[in-house]
Order: sequence, then structure tokens, then C-alpha cells
Amino acid sequence: MFDMPKLEKIWLAIGVGSLFIFVLITGILTASMGLNPPDGMKGTIEPELVDTVPPFNNPGIEKIGPNEYEVTMLSFMFGFDPNTITIPKGAKVHFKMTSKDVIHGLHIAGTPLNLMLQPGRVTEYTHTFKKPGEYLFVCHEYCGIGHQVMFGKVIVED
Amino acid sequence: MTTDAAQAGKSHSNFPKAVFAEKDSNLVKAYLYFSFFAVFLGGLAGLLQLSQRAGWITLPGWLTYYQLLTAHGVLLALVFTTFFIVGFLFSGMIKTLDGELTATERKLGWIGFYLMAIGTILAAMLILSNDGTVLYTFYSPMAASPWYYVGLALLIVGSWLASIGMICAYIRWRKKHKGESSPLFAYMTIATIILWLHASAMVAIEVVGLLIPWSFGWIERVDTTLTRTMFWYFGHALVYFWLLPAYIYWYVNIPQIIGGKIFSSSLPRLTFILLILFSVPVGLHHQLTDPGIDSFWKFLQVILTMLVVVPSLITAFSIIATFELAGRSRGGAGLFGWVKKLPWKDARFFTTVMGMLMFIPGGATGIINSSFQLNQIVHNTWWVTGHFHLTFATSVVLTFFAITYWLIPVLTGRTFTQHLNRLAIIQSILWIIGMFLMGIVMHFAGLLGSPRRTSFSDYGGHELGLKWMSYNQVIAVGGVILFIAICLVLYIWIKLIFFSPKSEESIEYPIGVINEKAAEPPKILEKWSVWIAVSIILSIIAYAVPFYQILINDAPGSLPIRSW
Repeated sequence: MFDMPKLEKIWLAIGVGSLFIFVLITGILTASMGLNPPDGMKGTIEPELVDTVPPFNNPGIEKIGPNEYEVTMLSFMFGFDPNTITIPKGAKVHFKMTSKDVIHGLHIAGTPLNLMLQPGRVTEYTHTFKKPGEYLFVCHEYCGIGHQVMFGKVIVED
Repeated sequence: MTTDAAQAGKSHSNFPKAVFAEKDSNLVKAYLYFSFFAVFLGGLAGLLQLSQRAGWITLPGWLTYYQLLTAHGVLLALVFTTFFIVGFLFSGMIKTLDGELTATERKLGWIGFYLMAIGTILAAMLILSNDGTVLYTFYSPMAASPWYYVGLALLIVGSWLASIGMICAYIRWRKKHKGESSPLFAYMTIATIILWLHASAMVAIEVVGLLIPWSFGWIERVDTTLTRTMFWYFGHALVYFWLLPAYIYWYVNIPQIIGGKIFSSSLPRLTFILLILFSVPVGLHHQLTDPGIDSFWKFLQVILTMLVVVPSLITAFSIIATFELAGRSRGGAGLFGWVKKLPWKDARFFTTVMGMLMFIPGGATGIINSSFQLNQIVHNTWWVTGHFHLTFATSVVLTFFAITYWLIPVLTGRTFTQHLNRLAIIQSILWIIGMFLMGIVMHFAGLLGSPRRTSFSDYGGHELGLKWMSYNQVIAVGGVILFIAICLVLYIWIKLIFFSPKSEESIEYPIGVINEKAAEPPKILEKWSVWIAVSIILSIIAYAVPFYQILINDAPGSLPIRSW
């Protein structure tokens, strides 16, 4: 019907075949290894009141197991609370974050920890810091005139 | 050539020499010339942004980086594209649909133009006065002046009226030529319009139904996740709306310019149908790291996104096959002998091929962006900015420039001289060099984590911040070269509009002839109702649950915030 030459059929077969492999790989990573991007499906929260009710009335780092931590972090115009996080090497860290006002983002450079923080919703993600060092993190969603000064660091001690 | 052109797309045109009626010509000119202003101002904003971010200049108190960023996005992504595309599509519709518009169609074109122009000027004034500094994506709860949204809404509504004008022309032609398949240009235009109307309806609902009443204070709160999802329902189709007119040029016009024939009449149509189908139900790949949207639906839309591989590969094959056939008919022999026979010294061809070549790395980085997990490495970094500066700002934009090199002469009767042709070739080489330094280097900076959409910052002297700053220097040099290239193309346009010598003979509007061996396209491809229905159904499948989950979560919503 589409008068497609044989070469084109081969060409398309290669393309569709590699597409299939791509999807299969990401599918396996998702389904069997649980490598999902953050989806923050656990309900909503009133943005103006976040700093008066738990858990965001008490942001900070809490040790919840052997080398396992929970970081409750609030983003706002224009900063993060806490904005310096110190943990030992190999620490598994559960981040729980939201925004108090406009949309913010959080990307810890050099890690896949890359989150959108939206008012009204709680974003959660877990990451294990295997390499020691000082990691810079920044807000990566334009949030206003002070967007470029919204940053902090994670210090992973040896 | 002229007899070929007369048969083009089986048109029954009595205007083989492509001279438009003056009234039609004026309409097309209005759209194109307006878009040229946007290119200049948007390019200037880009240059200033990069210079500021590299630490070369300090902006005056009345102008912030984020105002420039908003202007850059609005002028280039919304204004330049929409005006240029409407103008170009109108020209091809006039050419292939019996040579002239009716008074009603023309009037719709003009009302559309004025609405779009008023909307643009309104939005531009608010950006200048720092009341619209929310970028072209205008995520709530950052709230601009309501008039900024009104301006953008007028831009969209204007484009709808122009689209209706073109649909009327198409219906008129179909009625007159019962049982014939429509000229390829007209077919592709209708496909582009369908995609545009579907996608822009959602952003219109967002702006008119939520953001305008909210910024006026008539409703108190809007939900951030909801508005953001509505924007991206539109946002990815928007990029295909830019791409499809470039594809039209590649499929329909280029074959005539290089003395070849259109390879197939059905495959290009199939390509456009597939692009309609996979343009909307994919928007979530822009929100892969967003809270409030379930991973399953993100993953489904990732698959639908990747399916764009099929129409893209069909296009790559068809275009290269067309080139090869043209090269061989010009006497090229051997495996690659035909490549040398192509008209490399013709800027209308050369500029386009430069754009096409950049689509290869651009497409590859696009696959990375949409690869679910890999996205987390690059999301909202300069990588993404680099990606669409290769795909849109090079492949599409260079194609649009190449179009102007024959379309302005068709409209003004002035010659695209050897001298201008040489300048145009230099222009596209400068563009490619500039994009290597800017677009490609942005990818590397992005891999190191450098965020997009961010003003100058040394990040407290952090080592990584300093490293990013060294990349910014190279990127800004690329920006300077690109701005020089913009000045050069403006010079060519001004020449073509006002000063170049009038042509002795009338100038051809290149419309390719379809290869005589090509079969008639299957009738189903022109049953638009079927494809519109499939497109809507696919979008409902992909979006119904995400929207439902966003809504039932009963998010409290946000009050308007001015954070700049």
C-alpha cells in the first residue's frame, strides 16, 4: 500500500528493533529494579502552612537506622532548609521535600537525585551516597529573582 | 521547470509562474516580516543573557536576566515560529490550491494576523515593564500581570482564525476536485493545523479558564501540578508544530530546488499522520521527575514518545532517497558519486542540509531526555537547552531561513543574487560553528549539572560552580557568533525586501513533482475525522488517569505569587 522499497523496510526494521530494545531496557530497570523517577503520590499538603505542621515544621536530618537517614527539607524563595547536609560515606538517605511557595527544583550535581518540588505536593526519593566529597546542589527550576542564589551542599565524609 | 511546476501536486493551477495576487502576497508578507522582528529581538535577548551569565556584562537596574529569558522564549518559541509558520503555510496553500484565496479566507488571515500582533505587543510591553517575568512556560503559582496571559491568549486565538482560513481554502479545493487526493503541501498543512488546534486548545483552556481569572483575582487558587500538566499537554506538540513545516519544505519544496522528484506520495502523508498521533500523548516526558503523577503513566508516555522514531526514520530515508535520485539524474555515479552532484552552492539547499545534519545529534540527545531514568541526569540542566537549540534552533530555524531565500523573492519579485547566496552560505556555516560552541557545549555543561534558566552565579565559590563558569565562557562565545549570523540573515532579508534588483522574469515557487511510479495515496489517509478521533482517543488513554489523579488528590492550590 505504501510502495515502500525493500531497503526502507530493512531500515525501519532496524529502527523499530532498536526502539524495542530501548523500551525493554528502561522497562526492565523500572519493573524489576524499581528504578522509577520520583512520583510523590502520597497526598497533598497546604503550601502556606507547611512550616507549622509535621513533618516540615521540623526540617533537618534524622538518623533512622545504621547509616540510614531521613532528610526532611523545605524549599522556599530563595533557599533550602537545611542547606548543608553532612552524612558519612555510604549513607542511604531518604529525601522528603516540598515547596512553601512557587515551583522549585533540586538537583545534586553528579547524582541522579533530580527532583521537582511543587507547592501542595511532597516529593520523595532515596539515594545512597557512595563516594565521599562535597556535592553542590542547586534549585534548577526558575523561581524568581533570587533563583541563582538558591543552592546548598551535601558533605559526604570519609 | 515551469511546466513541471504546473503539474505539481496534480494542481490545476493557471499560475505556473507562481506570481501571487497582490492581496495574497501582502498577507504572507505581513506574517513573515513580523516574524523577522521577533528573530532580531529574541536573538538580541539571547546574546545579552549569555553575556550576563558568563559574567561579561552587568545588566542595568531596569532589565533583569529573567526578563531577557522571558523575552527570548516568547519571541522565538512562540512569536517567530507561529508568525513564520502561518505565513509559510498560507503561501503554499495559495500556490497549490488553485492560486488564489477567496475574500473570506483572506479576511480570516488578516484578522488572525492583527490578533496575533496585538497579543505579541501586549505581552512584549509587560515583559519590558517586568510584569510578565514568568518565562514562556508561565508555571503557576508565579503569577504575571493578567494582561500578559491575555496577550499570549490573543496570539493563540489569532493563529486559530488564520488556521480556519486555511481549512476553508482546503475545503473549497476538495469540493472542486472531488475524488482527487489533495496536493501534498495542502495535505501536510492541514495535518499541521490539526495538531496545532488540538494541542493549543488545552493551553488555551489553561490560560483562559484558570490563569487569567486567577491573576485577576476572580478565582483564589489554582493547582500547580494541574496547570503544569495542561501546559505540557500542549508543550511537546508545540515542538512538532515547529518541526512539521520544516518537514513540508524537506518533502515538498526541496526536491524541486535540487531538480529531483518527490519519492512517494503516500509515505509523507503517513509520516504526518503518525506525527499527529504521537505529538500530544507524550507531554509527561517533560514532567518525569514531577510529584503527583504516577510512574506507570509516565512510562506509558515514554513509550509513545519513542514511537516518533518511526516517522523520523521514514523521513530520513525519503529525503536521502530523493537526494540520491536527484544526484544520479544529474549524472552522479557510483556509491557516493551522486553526493557531489547535489547543488551545494545553492543556499536554499545547503542551509537546509546543515540543519538536517544537526538533527542527528539533536535526535540522539532527545532519546536520552525521554529515557525515563536517564532523564534524571539531565532534567532541567543546560543539556536540555542544548538539545532544543540543535533540533529547533538549528534544524528548524535554518530550514526556515532557507525558505525565506526563495519565498521573499517570490513575494517581492526581487532577485536572490549570487552575492546574497554567498552570504547565506556563510550565514549557515557561522550558525553551525556558533551552535557547536553553544549548543553542543551546553550538553557537556549540563552533564556536569549546570542548571538551565539561571542568571550569573558563582555558587558561593564552589569548585563545581567555577567549572560551570568556564563552560559559560565558551557558550557565550558561541552566542556572539550566532548573533553575528542573525545580523547577517537580517541583512539578507532587508536586501531581499527593499534593495535587491527586480527580477526580469517571474520567480518560481518550488513545488516538487511526485515520482510517476508512486502509487496514489490510500483514501483512508485523507479521512481526517478518523485521524482526529484516533488522536483524541490516544490522548485520553494517556492523560485521563493522570488528570484524574491530580484532581482527586484535592490539592489545596496556590495563591498568585510575584517572586521577581
